[in-house]
Amino acid sequence: MTEVHARAQEHTPSEFNRMIPDESELTAGVRIEPGRSYGFFTDTTLCIGCKACEVACKEWNALPADDVRLSGMSYDNTRRLSSTTWRHVAFIEKEVRDNTQQALQSSWLMMSDVCKHCSPAPCLEACPTGAIFRTEFDTVVVQQDICNGCGYCVPACPFGVVAMDDNDGKAHKCTLCYDRMKGGLEPACAKSCPTDSIQFGEVEALQTRAETRVQELRDRGVAGARLYGTPGAEGATGGIRHLNASFLLVDRPEVYNLPAAPSRPAERIAPALGSGLVAVAGLALAAFALLGRRR
Amino acid sequence: MAQWDVANSDCIIVMGSNMAENHPIAFRFVLQAKERGATVIHVDPRFTRTSALADIHAPIRAGTDIAFLGGIIRHLLENDLWFRDWALAYTNIAEIIEPGFQDAGSGGGKFSGWNDEKRGYQFDTWQPEGMAMASAISEHYLNTAENFSSMTHKLAEHPPPEDRSLRHPMCVYQILKRQYAAYTPEMVAKTTGCPQETFLKVCEALARNSGRERTGAFCYAVGWTHHSTGVQMIRAAALIQGLLGNVGRPGGGILALRGHTSIQGSTDIPTLYNLMPGYIPHPNAQKPETSLKDYLEHETVPTGWWHNFPKYIVSLLKAWYGDAATGQNEFGFQLLPKIMGDHSQLPMTMAMADGTIRGMFMLGQNPIIGGSNSDTVQRGLAKLEWLVVRDMVETETASFWHKGRLVERGELSPDKVATEVFLMPAELGPEKEGTVTNTHRLVQWHDKAVDGPGDSRSELWFVYHLGRRLKQLYAGSTDPQDAPIQAVTLDYREKGARREPSAEDVLREINGYTWPDRKQVAAFTELKDDGSTACGCWLYSGAWPKQDHNQARSRVPDPPQGPGTHLGWAFAWPANRRTLYNRASADPEGKPWSERKKLVWWDAEKKDWNSPDALDFEPHKPPGYRPDWSHPNEGMDAISGANPFIMMADGKAALFVSSGLKDGPLPTHYEPVESPVRNPVHPATQTNPGAKTWGRPDNPLHEVGDPRFPHVLTTYRLTEHHSGGIPTRLVPHLAELQPEGFAEIPPELASALGIANLDWVVLSTARGEVETRALVTERLRPFEIAGRRIHQIGMPWHFGWVGYATGDIANALTAVVGDPNTSMHENKALTCALRKGRIPRPPEAAE
Repeated sequence: MTEVHARAQEHTPSEFNRMIPDESELTAGVRIEPGRSYGFFTDTTLCIGCKACEVACKEWNALPADDVRLSGMSYDNTRRLSSTTWRHVAFIEKEVRDNTQQALQSSWLMMSDVCKHCSPAPCLEACPTGAIFRTEFDTVVVQQDICNGCGYCVPACPFGVVAMDDNDGKAHKCTLCYDRMKGGLEPACAKSCPTDSIQFGEVEALQTRAETRVQELRDRGVAGARLYGTPGAEGATGGIRHLNASFLLVDRPEVYNLPAAPSRPAERIAPALGSGLVAVAGLALAAFALLGRRR
Repeated sequence: MAQWDVANSDCIIVMGSNMAENHPIAFRFVLQAKERGATVIHVDPRFTRTSALADIHAPIRAGTDIAFLGGIIRHLLENDLWFRDWALAYTNIAEIIEPGFQDAGSGGGKFSGWNDEKRGYQFDTWQPEGMAMASAISEHYLNTAENFSSMTHKLAEHPPPEDRSLRHPMCVYQILKRQYAAYTPEMVAKTTGCPQETFLKVCEALARNSGRERTGAFCYAVGWTHHSTGVQMIRAAALIQGLLGNVGRPGGGILALRGHTSIQGSTDIPTLYNLMPGYIPHPNAQKPETSLKDYLEHETVPTGWWHNFPKYIVSLLKAWYGDAATGQNEFGFQLLPKIMGDHSQLPMTMAMADGTIRGMFMLGQNPIIGGSNSDTVQRGLAKLEWLVVRDMVETETASFWHKGRLVERGELSPDKVATEVFLMPAELGPEKEGTVTNTHRLVQWHDKAVDGPGDSRSELWFVYHLGRRLKQLYAGSTDPQDAPIQAVTLDYREKGARREPSAEDVLREINGYTWPDRKQVAAFTELKDDGSTACGCWLYSGAWPKQDHNQARSRVPDPPQGPGTHLGWAFAWPANRRTLYNRASADPEGKPWSERKKLVWWDAEKKDWNSPDALDFEPHKPPGYRPDWSHPNEGMDAISGANPFIMMADGKAALFVSSGLKDGPLPTHYEPVESPVRNPVHPATQTNPGAKTWGRPDNPLHEVGDPRFPHVLTTYRLTEHHSGGIPTRLVPHLAELQPEGFAEIPPELASALGIANLDWVVLSTARGEVETRALVTERLRPFEIAGRRIHQIGMPWHFGWVGYATGDIANALTAVVGDPNTSMHENKALTCALRKGRIPRPPEAAE
């Protein structure tokens, strides 16, 4: 009936007075080992917009509630990812009066957004201090004790994820629960997701799962189903090979406020440098011609 | 049904519930079913997060659910889409009813037996021909023939008359056809506002996914119960499931989603005034029940499982009064208080306002937010002499006297309110041990994690020590009215410096043990009516079946390969059964209706039943058993081996209910007590004739189509907040997700009134007015009803003045109006007015 892990039978009373070794195996079906790549696959067709991920994230990471205002934007009062909000559920109201849906959440879209843990990661490439590093789990983490607050990572991120915090002047973002992963625990948001819209696992396995799922949905007539951030898909563009946190969407990325073709600033250095040099040369020539004529 | 069993459904209709928002964990199983190809349907006035995940959203005007469900019943009968073999064998569809019976379809909206003077029904004509059908709660002789009780004894002489050809004009099948003849798709569309083609799609999906090979489920919550026709809405679903054979089978059934933690537990071991633990009726001063003997005679059903009733009530009395309950003193029956009428929350609200009630305890309740007609609740609280509030903070209910709506408006002032308020700190869930009973009757134990801070104590501590001190106070009394306090047993062991009573001892007592040596009983079949057993709730027998075995604390799931009934995971009442009436998953001969939906089957060689579940039938009773009617048969002897519904006196699912309902044997569409339109289905009967109303100046009601209050208002909950709001509005991480009250308004209405998104608006009814912010959304829609455009407005009712997330109280708009059977309020469908702007506040309050 329901999916039960065989190891669930090892923990039979209702009390939990100690850590369960490799708990992630029980809750997400995957063991967490250094040297492997981990990430999220967020399947928006299963999202019910409950925001348990937002709460679990803030509770575990001790992030403050800092913007208690009604937005008027559907049920989205969080509005955006920020230095203190590392999961954000977007709500997009579409044709809700069409009584027969296209199946699987096509009228009122909900998507739990998060840091993409890009591969390669533009924020990391822009960081001059080494505060942003790639962990042994192939995730991208900011170390606030090293961060000097230069803010280069902020415009480098094509998704607007990394943000400076006004209190400490440093960059903050999702760590993919680095501390939990070191203890063999599934990240808080994925563990709390009641419908498994947020799935945690090894990136390659998640990518395979995503490909199967999107095909299945297309076969069931969900024409708009598409992947975002898997190799070759939207979101994995402009020098970004793939996103460790990938998504399954049912509409164009822009509808979810995701860039259709994000790119890595480093990709643009050569052409930008080239065009810059050409411009300088052109200006110099023009100046020379003008000044020369006057003489 | 078990929540996880929903994953086995082929079609799920969520109706009267916003399941994804309010039961997100249970909704996981809906999505699992959907992944396996099930069709998910949401029938609801609003487009919600549940609708977003559904294949079909069928919009209906709030309060018209029976019109919709009646339409499904008609569709199934007219097109012969019902599961004939199942329904004919297992329901009372062939039963012949008294010739004097008239259905509401032919009777202008009322059934035979209506008495205008008493505003109630006589039930005589609703009975099977020549007999009387007993129900577990027999309130009937209040309204019906003197000899009702003796009439029911005929059940032990022969089964009710039947015509299996279904041609008899008074058989239930023919009555159903007459009753629902008017519920055509056109009428459904005209009444509910749901487009015909959408309604027909729902009918087709449900019918296609029911029968031998497939099963469908209904999931409902307070979107059905909070109506003046709430009980009949649920009955209509039961009727459909009975016709389709979707009962007792994997993935089939009706899942009653319960809103609060352990609200199921508080029905089983009830906070209800008219029931005692295990659905045992409370002795009633208006019934001829002055002795235990009379009480047993009137309340014991002659046939079926409830015939064991005396064992359960005597064991309960023994648990409550211990050695003070003896055969000589009717086991302490006379110590029980007798009820005098309706003592539910609504009349209690009125009794407070009238000054009849002098003191009140509020445990786990915040009635200023959750109770209907909040201003009247506040007026009532101000008339109390004393009020005890146990909660984690000073709730609205505890602070009404200095921060309430009436104080703000100058109607009350703190120096004039004489109520003495005692605010006592309460521990929260993880700070106490005990059980929670969830939606599917699963009793799960949780250990205590940490002591509550400061002086906070558990509810158990509070009630136990209050009782103990009362016992000390009255120890020397000779006044007979103090005898119940003297007699009650309170001998749980105490733990630690705080003297916390042992919750384990309480569960041991609830499970039941022998008296006086206190050996745990393994099951309710071991209970006796001679005082040799004590049991706090017979249905929970098995939760603690051996001296040191707390089954509720067990957490052994089935392995990945199945079978998936998870009998080792906690305890599901009764008898650890996961699917009620599971005998119905096999045909009358004991063969499963299909391999795909196999749950129980008869092994002819072993001559016994097999099931991965705990069998819900008499063990070893062969399918071929038939009572020998040459002599009377009592109890289970009267139930044949092919009648799965053992709790019913005739062993059959009741499509037609002869006894037990006050507003009719069949569901009928009535308009909500406040409605903008005349009843399109039964123009002669506007509202439920039995609905409870209190015609009082402090609780005025709107007339039909009152032009001052043209819009339909429905109130509801949000994922981000919990009920009265205290556990969530104070939590910053939840407050920022839904930071403020609002009302959802369709764009058509908003533009007509010049309201923009986030504007301040005022909603008003004759009870009161509130200001809140507008959330203009297409998720709310206008309906064309009887040639008029009707707008619906929705407002969440969680908000109040305490905490980070605040807002005006939606229940200041609602009226005290009740369902005739349950006295449940009607806060899901009423009428209101809407205007742009704010409420002028007195200058000092505005500062």
